[in-house]
Amino acid sequence: MKIRNLTDFASGLLYVIVGVCAAYIASGYTMGTAANMGTGFFPFWLGVFLAAIGVAVCASSVLSGAAREKLASWNWKSLLWVSVSILVFALLFEDAGMVLSIFALVLVSSLASREFRWTGAIANACFLNVVCYSAFVWLLNIPLRVWPDLWF
Amino acid sequence: MELLQHLATGLTAALTLQNLVYCFIGAFLGTLIGVLPGLGPVATIAMLLPATYTLPPTAALIMLAGIYYGAQYGGSTTAILINIPGESSSVVTAIDGYQMARQGRAGVALFTAGMGSFIAGCIGVLILASFAVPLAEIAFEFGPTEYASLMILGLVGATVLSSGSLLKAMGMVIIGLLLGLVGTDVNGAPRYSFGIQELSDGIGFVAVAMGVFGVAEIIGNLEKDELRGTFVAKVTNMWPTREDTRRMIPAILRGTAVGAFFGILPGAGAAVASFSSYAMEKKISRHSEEFGHGAIEGVAGPESANNAAAQTAFIPLLTLGIPASATMAMMLGAMTIHDIQPGPQVMVSDPALFWGLIVSMWIGNLILIILNLPLIGIWVKLLTVPYRVLYPAILVFCSIGVYTVSNSAFDIYLVCLFGVVGYMFSKLKCEPAPLLLGFILGPLMEENFRRALLLSDGNFSVFLTRPISLVLLVITGILLLSILLPAFRKTREKAFVEV
Repeated sequence: MKIRNLTDFASGLLYVIVGVCAAYIASGYTMGTAANMGTGFFPFWLGVFLAAIGVAVCASSVLSGAAREKLASWNWKSLLWVSVSILVFALLFEDAGMVLSIFALVLVSSLASREFRWTGAIANACFLNVVCYSAFVWLLNIPLRVWPDLWF
Repeated sequence: MELLQHLATGLTAALTLQNLVYCFIGAFLGTLIGVLPGLGPVATIAMLLPATYTLPPTAALIMLAGIYYGAQYGGSTTAILINIPGESSSVVTAIDGYQMARQGRAGVALFTAGMGSFIAGCIGVLILASFAVPLAEIAFEFGPTEYASLMILGLVGATVLSSGSLLKAMGMVIIGLLLGLVGTDVNGAPRYSFGIQELSDGIGFVAVAMGVFGVAEIIGNLEKDELRGTFVAKVTNMWPTREDTRRMIPAILRGTAVGAFFGILPGAGAAVASFSSYAMEKKISRHSEEFGHGAIEGVAGPESANNAAAQTAFIPLLTLGIPASATMAMMLGAMTIHDIQPGPQVMVSDPALFWGLIVSMWIGNLILIILNLPLIGIWVKLLTVPYRVLYPAILVFCSIGVYTVSNSAFDIYLVCLFGVVGYMFSKLKCEPAPLLLGFILGPLMEENFRRALLLSDGNFSVFLTRPISLVLLVITGILLLSILLPAFRKTREKAFVEV
């Protein structure tokens, strides 16, 4: 048996894993009966159904008629910098305030680009601070912490 | 003339100065964000949702409708000017629209797109208004059994009419349904919340939409080469010649008919509509050799079709409360944030809101075509902003925007998580739209199943013995079987691959 379509095979595998986990966790909840569904009834069957679809997707990827397809390569650099920048923003936002977190988000996420330049990124962060302050704080009147407590 | 009366109700509601202003702001912002490359209507609506929070419901909905149309329109603008369709429904517009732009007729192409959208919008509003009342009357007969079957039809339809593998799309629907169940069930028992306090209220739909449609897109775009250096068309003359007009009008009307039909169907309505319209225009045109080289029908038809579909897609949402596409699912979520549960009851309980919304869609269309003439210069400028400046800005607006939904930093973490998950799905060629649809419908679907089976004492045959439910399930079955037919399968694949 040879896996012809690796993309499909991986997706199917993912469906099976998610489905089995969902059904397993759901089986720990009150199941109830069809007439009186418990917490776990609906998600349990969804999980089972998802796993079944996963098996079917995997099966179709080994059929002789399946298109040959390799796994697409991942752009780890962009993935890393973009996700880290959002995480840093989330960490900072409530305590350090909007201004500093925008700087952190823009500087870190800009590293993902192949054309990164410090000056450009800093200018962009300043500009976005002005825009966000006018839009969220001034125009929409949303109560956001702008600076950390220590400063102002 | 009941219809006229309803429209008059709507006009009085929509034509207050305040609502007009919000409609204008919505259309403006929607176009502004929609023009940005890589941001489709779903991400645009998610990003601009915070701007509507502080408004009264009618104004908020009107602004949202403006955002929705603006986002659609922005997508066509980029398709024509830089050959980058902002969304799937303007993919075909890029083919001939961009060629027209290269021949120095960008202005005419934009005008055609705008005019087509406007005419299609006018007709679409009339169809929407005349269908709303009778459909809502049927919907009042619906019990939980019918609703459960209707949702099955909607979700299956969404997978059959989407591009790509049917099985994989179904898997995405179920993953979406499961994600929608995270939180607390109706009995107050925690479910899939793993003891995390923030998850007990469920996952916010804005976070999912921003992550999967916004952040994942950005990561994907970053691996492509910078889009600069591509030819950005200069917009000079916007007025079509007499010959243009003669060829444009029938294409617009045909496109409207095709679009209105596909819009009501569940699934990728607007995209399928524009693909079908393009194929049709190409087939019946006497200038078929011009297609692919700047045929005006290739812009007029699909653009009218996707706008008519955008209009009629509101029919199932407003009358039945069931979204037919990912974008409509966003509208449903947005309405719920404003404490409006779309469905037949809205028309009765709040006619000013309902008809005001419908009329404001028409006004939004009008505003867009007026807006487009003087502001096209701004959109063109926006397109010359390099991506390395744009994407951090998108990330900033997404992060602050999602925070303001429920003032919780946890939602920002979710955006990040769903961004990574969405990127993984795109690498696995699993479509995100069915996931979002399932996600929004998950809790509703469980609730209706639960009630239907409670009433029938656990007897599943109730779905087949109640006539409306049976009809809905038979249609679902036909849809599923049709995919097995080689002829349909071929057209489906062709519609998405070839055009």
